[in-house]
Amino acid sequence: MKFSIERGALLKAVAQAQSVVERRNTIPILANVLIEASGDSVQFRATDLDIEVVDKAPAMVERAGATTVAAVMLNEIVRKLPDGALVTLTENGQTGRLSIDAGRSNFSLATLPKEDFPVMASSEYAANFSAPAPVLRRLFDKSKFAISTEETRYYLNGVYMHVADGEGGKVLRCVATDGHRLARIDAPLPEGAEKMAGVIVPRKTVGELRKLLEDDEAKIAVSVSETKVRFATPGITLTSKVIDGTFPDYTRVIPTGNTRKLEVDASEFAKAVDRVSTVSSERSRAVKLSLDEDRLVLSVNSPDSGAAEEELAVAYSDERLEIGFNAKYLLEIASQVDRENAVFLFNSSGDPTLMREGNDTSAVYVVMPMRV
Amino acid sequence: MPALCRDCLTTFEAGTRCPRCRSPRVTSHPELFDLTIAHMDCDAFYASVEKRDNPELRDKPVIIGGGKRGVVSTACYIARIKGVKSAMPMFQALKLCPEAVIVRPRMEAYVAASREVRALMDELTPVVEPLSLDEAFMDLSGTARLHHAPPAVMLARLVKRMRDELGLTGSIGLSHNKFLAKVASDLDKPRGFSVIGKAETVEFLRHKPVRLIWGIGPAAQESLAAAGIRSFNDLHRWDKADLTARFGGMGERLWHLARGEDARRISAHTPVKSISNETTFFEDTSDPDILDGHIWRLAEQVSARAKARDRAGRVVMLKLKRADHKILSRRLSLRQPTQLADTIYRTARALLDELGDRGPYRLLGVGLSEITTDRDADREGDLLDPDAGRRAKAEAAADRIRDKFGKDAILKGRALR
Repeated sequence: MKFSIERGALLKAVAQAQSVVERRNTIPILANVLIEASGDSVQFRATDLDIEVVDKAPAMVERAGATTVAAVMLNEIVRKLPDGALVTLTENGQTGRLSIDAGRSNFSLATLPKEDFPVMASSEYAANFSAPAPVLRRLFDKSKFAISTEETRYYLNGVYMHVADGEGGKVLRCVATDGHRLARIDAPLPEGAEKMAGVIVPRKTVGELRKLLEDDEAKIAVSVSETKVRFATPGITLTSKVIDGTFPDYTRVIPTGNTRKLEVDASEFAKAVDRVSTVSSERSRAVKLSLDEDRLVLSVNSPDSGAAEEELAVAYSDERLEIGFNAKYLLEIASQVDRENAVFLFNSSGDPTLMREGNDTSAVYVVMPMRV
Repeated sequence: MPALCRDCLTTFEAGTRCPRCRSPRVTSHPELFDLTIAHMDCDAFYASVEKRDNPELRDKPVIIGGGKRGVVSTACYIARIKGVKSAMPMFQALKLCPEAVIVRPRMEAYVAASREVRALMDELTPVVEPLSLDEAFMDLSGTARLHHAPPAVMLARLVKRMRDELGLTGSIGLSHNKFLAKVASDLDKPRGFSVIGKAETVEFLRHKPVRLIWGIGPAAQESLAAAGIRSFNDLHRWDKADLTARFGGMGERLWHLARGEDARRISAHTPVKSISNETTFFEDTSDPDILDGHIWRLAEQVSARAKARDRAGRVVMLKLKRADHKILSRRLSLRQPTQLADTIYRTARALLDELGDRGPYRLLGVGLSEITTDRDADREGDLLDPDAGRRAKAEAAADRIRDKFGKDAILKGRALR
């Protein structure tokens, strides 16, 4: 195998591949990236057995072939090469080494046989559709903060992507929750997605997927089966197993009868929450919201370290209410709001609270209060 | 010589009977009104609580412990006369005392009684260091002016009040450090009041065996015996350097203890590291329903102890001993500390379900660790378990009922498994 490639193109492909590779590995081949050169392009393939990413880059292929080398090390080397360099990768099949040449630099890396590299079995995808990158970006960006890390409820360790009945008919919906907060984000249903089975996309896959969604103009081809999900751009294909479990019925979690409405400037609110929570010494960082006629007082009272209070002018016309929340959760949901005011809908100090942006119901957040 | 009547709390100068009430329960000692470090040890605590709560047991030998295969947790003084001792296997205890009434431990009742005793101790001094439910150190230095009475009088009043108000008895050891106070409380049980003064400390210890030292168990006794050390007298002959060279850090401590010196302070804030309870089954079992019942009962006991101390734990632990004596233990971190029996039970039960082992088991234990104050405990609800809040309220209501009407006033069906 021998090919030459521009450093920038190589770095982009290798960087994507190495981020999938698990840092602590017991199976040596899983630390490697499979490089396959043929025609006028080279494919870089990496996997952790749950996620597989294949990145294709144009190259001048002199001799077709394939081998595997340590992904992290290859990435480090390419990263340190000078910008604009032409890199030549050569493997002659006898030495068990891959040589990397760029200008006066020469590296020789140990390889492992390409036959040992595990390739993810292909799947029959029941639904195939195409979605603009900004749509998927919004769905996952606004929901991923609520993904749980709790291992016992493994079925919460991802974003539940499915077809649901939204306000104006069928929608493509992403839901994530950890039991303390929940995010429900809707997007218009792309053509071809109707038949899609609901799948739980794992946290790590969501992170990898994000790298495919930077380009506003890109169309992402999405394929879904009961066990796998695939996201593809012309250059990169990300295939992932989905979490084998049942996502809980989140619909009964979303309150429908909350009538006490608070409207507040989200960024002013977030800044005030951040300020008062500074004095909180506890791990849970409870903030108390005291609501009265067009007035919101945020306060923290920490017996060990001190107290803080801040008043905000808000729109609120219901009865007096005192309710406590984890400051971190409030900050996270407030930071999802980017265009209009944040609208909070409360019931009582013990019931889940709903938050949305203005009157937009395509992004809804639920947060559980805490005792203060 | 200063003397004190432990019945009417009269103080006087010497004599074997109280000049006022003629009681023979008199303690006299030259340093009686100068010493301030005390150790209080309840007499056969669990058994005394049982006898108090069930007068029918009063004149019978009572053994607290679980099942035929368990061990004796506490024996009352009647059973002790027959030779029954704590930690003795139950079958052996029954051989010595076949007529004994065996009572299963009721931890919640003991926790409640312990809290009552603790409240009385807290009236004496802010520096109370509990060692367990039934014993504690107290530092009464500087309290004489507050109480207008020397520590000895206040301690005699404490045990008198325990007897009058709580129906429980205890023994007091009064001395000038923790080591000696604890030794003293054991000299004259039950209902004892012993004093070890500074002047006689070395002479008192001289012919005592080294096993008197708390923490010197059979293994340590053996290694000391190998060096020819059996009594405090043997210990006294050693240089500090030689002791340290041979026994490390313990050597230096032994050198000081040989002279009756113990610089440890009494600390009211000894952190509790974990709270756990375990039970040995009557017969080995792998029946999930039976195990479930045990998990619930133990979760309740652990929860009761945590609540009694205003503590909560962030980690739930499950321990199982298989029939082949292999120990399996599992732990799970929670998102917030808990003291709820319901949460402890559910978590421990999930750990059992995930164990992937079929048993059978002879012992099961449930515990909490990473103990914190209960201020942060159970503050956040779970969106996906909307009933959790209602169960927590039910548990709080049940706790109030038990506080008022006794531990068995209300039970979950699960506890009968």
